[in-house]
Amino acid sequence: MPLSRKTASLFQRRSANGHEKVIWASLLSCALISILTTVGIIVVLLGNAVYSPGKSTAFFEEVSVWEFFTDTHWKPAERHSGTELSDSATGKPAGHFGILPLLSGTMMVALVGSMVGVPIGLGAAIYLSEYASPKERDVLKPVLEILAGIPTVVYGFFGLHFITPWILQPVLKHVFGIEIGVFNVTSAGIVVGIMVTPMIASLSEDVLRSVPRSLREAAYALGSTRFDVSMRVVVPAALSGILAAFLLAFSRAIGETMAVTIAGGHKIMLTANPLAEVQTMTAYMVHQSFGDNSASSIQYKSIYAVGLALFSMTLVINIASQWVLRRFREVYQ
Amino acid sequence: MVAIREISRPSASLNAMSTPAGPVLRVPPAVAGVNRDQDMSSHADAINARRMNFYYGENQVLFDVSLTVPERSVTALIGPSGCGKSTFLRTLNRMNDLIEGTRCTGELLVQGQNIMDPSVDVVLLRKHVGMVFQKSTPFPKSIFENVAYGPRVAGEKNRAVLAELVESCLRKAALWEEVRDRLNDSAMALSGGQQQRLCIARTLATNPQIILMDEPASALDPASTARIEDLIGELCSQYTIVIVTHNMQQASRVSHQTAFFFEGRLIEVGPTTRIFTSPAQKKTQDYITGRFG
Ligand SMILES: Nc1ncnc2c1ncn2[C@@H]1O[C@H](COP(=O)(O)OP(=O)(O)OP(=O)(O)O)[C@@H](O)[C@H]1O
Ligand SMILES: [Mg+2]
Repeated sequence: MPLSRKTASLFQRRSANGHEKVIWASLLSCALISILTTVGIIVVLLGNAVYSPGKSTAFFEEVSVWEFFTDTHWKPAERHSGTELSDSATGKPAGHFGILPLLSGTMMVALVGSMVGVPIGLGAAIYLSEYASPKERDVLKPVLEILAGIPTVVYGFFGLHFITPWILQPVLKHVFGIEIGVFNVTSAGIVVGIMVTPMIASLSEDVLRSVPRSLREAAYALGSTRFDVSMRVVVPAALSGILAAFLLAFSRAIGETMAVTIAGGHKIMLTANPLAEVQTMTAYMVHQSFGDNSASSIQYKSIYAVGLALFSMTLVINIASQWVLRRFREVYQ
Repeated sequence: MVAIREISRPSASLNAMSTPAGPVLRVPPAVAGVNRDQDMSSHADAINARRMNFYYGENQVLFDVSLTVPERSVTALIGPSGCGKSTFLRTLNRMNDLIEGTRCTGELLVQGQNIMDPSVDVVLLRKHVGMVFQKSTPFPKSIFENVAYGPRVAGEKNRAVLAELVESCLRKAALWEEVRDRLNDSAMALSGGQQQRLCIARTLATNPQIILMDEPASALDPASTARIEDLIGELCSQYTIVIVTHNMQQASRVSHQTAFFFEGRLIEVGPTTRIFTSPAQKKTQDYITGRFG
């Protein structure tokens, strides 16, 4: 029946649908690549740190989780894989793999970084959102973006060759009579703080600006100055969003690598002294991967254990930040 | 069109047609506390606006507006949407200063002082001339902190003084009984009507002389609206109130004086009873009988 055939062809799939499929598939694979990368990273981390299916052993098959989290020393050089140098009493390999010294280094740098980045970033955000004219904002925002785009290795040398010798050392020496080394937590923290400032500023500015204008008007109508409106109404109303920004910045500071490797130093020790030289978790991973240990050595595998710890920390913080932000959005949207 | 209106508002339209000079609207009884026949001539002027012009950029929206508001009275501003009621109201506490590119000319005396003068401290002015908005705008803080906001900004720190002030303002705003047991709960959890009364209490706490209200009840249910109207009746013995409303019945119930705006001009102002029964201007009559807007 020619008529029915013609009708059917009206509804037949055409080549355009084929194109659609190609587009759909390529976009989907772009999305999948990012997911697969994450999965791949997790598999590699777990495979080397927790459980290795082949004949090689994973890090935590040789070092107990308990030791990893409670030992206050990290001295991988003294431990060798296998049993030849094992402690005869326990049968365990000698040496120390306690994450605490590295963790303290990382946390101190991130805390100093937050102490620098949070007030400056929040101040900049408040200025941009509440005080700046549209023209000023047009100038300041790109400047912040430039700051965010500087390679982190540049920040590292900025800390090492400028902050430490030209600011920190003279100030501490002349004001407090304290001499400090070339590598120290404070310099590393300061540059990390400067690095996260643009991020805090732009994330916080977004949440400040999403506080409804009606709330500001109500505050002005009650006889508030601009400062009152900013500090008593807008910032408190945006607090959870700002907190989310801080968390993301903190997580970024924890993961920061180049600047802290250059400015922070190499000494692995458990300390709370912000003027000491420390090695952070990330810096350790860099050093160890450039070292001459073979890939099957426990030292080399410790990179994955530290990496897994780092990954878990930033993951938890990022999830927390998402959760806080969602609560903020619920109030105003 | 006309026919439908006649059905929906039979008394108003019929009155308007038969006797243009006679009463055009059946004026509902005033709320308690508002004596519409009261002679206000003994009251000093709270607000005295002279030949005010207002511009958003190049766009002029107020033309030569002159209006006098007696102390301790209620003035209703009515008129079709976009005629400049809110704009005029917001010039009275210089709220329009917050909008970039606005300009205002003319003379505006508040309690005898020209507030258009650049030397005027707008922060002090706004404590003196409070404002309640159409959309209730509680701060995301506790009920207590919302009311205590103004005094705190003004520097009051003493908790006992604040507590006393919060209670008296909540009482004046007829909200105290409903919230006395949960002053520390978030204000966001209150109902719309309660939030609006909270905003009124919050305004009272800055101890203003004049309260500006921009359609304070237009987002509320009839019961909450009635409470706000009653509240206005109570407050007008102490405060000067200027209220914008689209509700003719409301304007006639709560105000001593009514001002009709049209396309940026003040067409007519006079005692509320007269405006609603025998307006002098044809436009006023058309508007209040519902022939447009
Ligand atoms: N922020 C603004 N920028 C520019 N023009 C504005 C602004 N606000 C109001 N206008 C204009 O000014 C005129 C008067 O507006 P206004 O809000 O005063 O009217 P209104 O009488 O309060 O109306 P409604 O009854 O709808 O609230 C309108 O034409 C409006 O478009
Ligand atoms: Mg309006």
